[in-house]
Amino acid sequence: MAGGLSYTAEQSTSLSTAEIYGQALVELAEAHPEVVALTADLAKSTKIGDFQKKFPDRFFNVGIAEQNMFGVAAGMAKAGLVPFLSTFSQFASLRSADQLHTDLCYQNVNAKVIATHSGTSFGQAGSTHHAICDLAVTRSIPNLTVICPADGYETYNAVMAAYNTPGPFYIRINRGFDRVLYKDADYGFELGKAVEVHEGTDLTIIACGSCVFQAFQAAEFLEKADGLKVRVLDMHTIKPLDKEAVLKAVMDTRRIITVEDHTVIGGLGSAVAEVVVESGKGCAFKKLGIQDTFAPIGLHEDIMSTIGIDSNGIIEAVREVMKADFEEDNDWDDEF
Amino acid sequence: MALSKQEWLALEKKANELRNLCLDTTYWAGSGHIGGGMSVMDIMTVCYHKYMHIKVEDPNWEDRDRFILSKGHAGIAYAPVLCDLGFNDKEMLKTFNLSGSKMGMHLDSNKVVGVDASTGSLGHGLSIGVGTALAARLLKKDFKTFVVLGDGELDEGSNWEAAMSAAHYKLTNLITFVDRNHNMIDGNTEDVMALEPLADKWEAFGFIVKKIDGNNIKELCEAIDFAYENETDKPVLILCDTVKGCGIDFIEGDFRWHYGAFDDEKYENGKKALEKSYAARIERVEKEAE
Repeated sequence: MAGGLSYTAEQSTSLSTAEIYGQALVELAEAHPEVVALTADLAKSTKIGDFQKKFPDRFFNVGIAEQNMFGVAAGMAKAGLVPFLSTFSQFASLRSADQLHTDLCYQNVNAKVIATHSGTSFGQAGSTHHAICDLAVTRSIPNLTVICPADGYETYNAVMAAYNTPGPFYIRINRGFDRVLYKDADYGFELGKAVEVHEGTDLTIIACGSCVFQAFQAAEFLEKADGLKVRVLDMHTIKPLDKEAVLKAVMDTRRIITVEDHTVIGGLGSAVAEVVVESGKGCAFKKLGIQDTFAPIGLHEDIMSTIGIDSNGIIEAVREVMKADFEEDNDWDDEF
Repeated sequence: MALSKQEWLALEKKANELRNLCLDTTYWAGSGHIGGGMSVMDIMTVCYHKYMHIKVEDPNWEDRDRFILSKGHAGIAYAPVLCDLGFNDKEMLKTFNLSGSKMGMHLDSNKVVGVDASTGSLGHGLSIGVGTALAARLLKKDFKTFVVLGDGELDEGSNWEAAMSAAHYKLTNLITFVDRNHNMIDGNTEDVMALEPLADKWEAFGFIVKKIDGNNIKELCEAIDFAYENETDKPVLILCDTVKGCGIDFIEGDFRWHYGAFDDEKYENGKKALEKSYAARIERVEKEAE
């Protein structure tokens, strides 16, 4: 086990999530000679340049060939190495989806995918580089653990958890400077267990990635402005999902909003909805995310605002869901 | 590792036994990928029975040579090889492709002992082989990685990504074969999607290409010896010209036998054809052996 996070909150605000991943990987590599890093011509963009400098013989840049990178990583893992593969989420989940499915997950090898530039975080690059389907794809593949950390500290924890847990992992992080949610890395991160970052009994927001900070801000505002007590769950592990936290949210608040930088089809919102529906309990429910369309081009924060997953969009949705109670009547006229 | 007459005869005998077991398995399963299974059988026989360092009693021995059957649909030929070696009970072959069996048509490395990679989706095996070969180098281990590609499979672009990386990393501990049986599901490779000039393509990708008759055990041994003795920094590609369905004359060279069924009559005729083919091969050994 590596020695723990050695940089401060101040550094965490000045480092992008990917840079923190790069530092965490170096820490792991210093302690564990079997850790190797692979990239597909994105060493700079995925911030694993430090690893390359310190461990040149354990660093493999396979060129712009994601399919090959996944296969190579599977072979390495089968021979006893622990490969960390980094590329953009869009390519990690779709370009090389067959290799992710068959080489990593079907064979259940100990390889860790660090998918950067996730969601719309590479906003100006446009839809070719927005990864809005990756959670839907990855969470449906057996054996794969899927994590979407909220900030740099959580990314650090996710990377360490991935190393310490055998099997394939998909960790989706952003491109840019994510707002820091946690004060440090010691807040009790546990794989498959949501973190309650804001207490509440009126409504629960279940969010992942950069949307958690936005949800937290919305909850703080709503408490002051509307007197609402909104629970915010950081659902960092998309699979296996913390079903208990979802059911508890249904039981305690009867109103749930999910927020994700992803299409509303198949991602966090769908995962939560499956749990709610299967419980048979009534619950007002709304999914915030990209509504079955390609996202616009722009700065990440502007796109988040446009698609309504920033704090303003979340506040609006909370007010709507607080009014729209779940129905127990047999009147279906307003449904069709 | 020169091939003595005795060794050659023993390898011919083993290849014939395994061809028979492949036909038996196809018959038990009702159908199977027998065409490509028969074309690749000499390559597998030579690798497993002359060159590869493996321990049947310790299948996950970390220093073992790796074998990756990238053309995973030839599982119907690979399963007999692994069962005959003792990695799995031969009785398992009677369950091949049946509901609840551990052996489906594409072998699962987590279910069938001795399988180094689960393949079946084409164009994956060489990348995995590049990974094991790189790992061997990093871990300072001497094991070699043998990868067998189908020819139709080479339509998949991922092979060429893998080929580039094998040459880039100078993987001389990787030995790659192409089972060039000239046929794929929908027809001759040159009609479906032309591969030629195939040797030139591999050479252009940085390999030393050894073109041989891939159903000739002596030529296979000479080519592998060549790869073992390779002192350049280029990986070796053994381009094996083979016959689809090799050994069963009435299916040989016919793309329609990529996958097929054997009823009682065809099975009996297949057995007779294998006997005839084996006799001819022994005769060749008698003539050509030193």
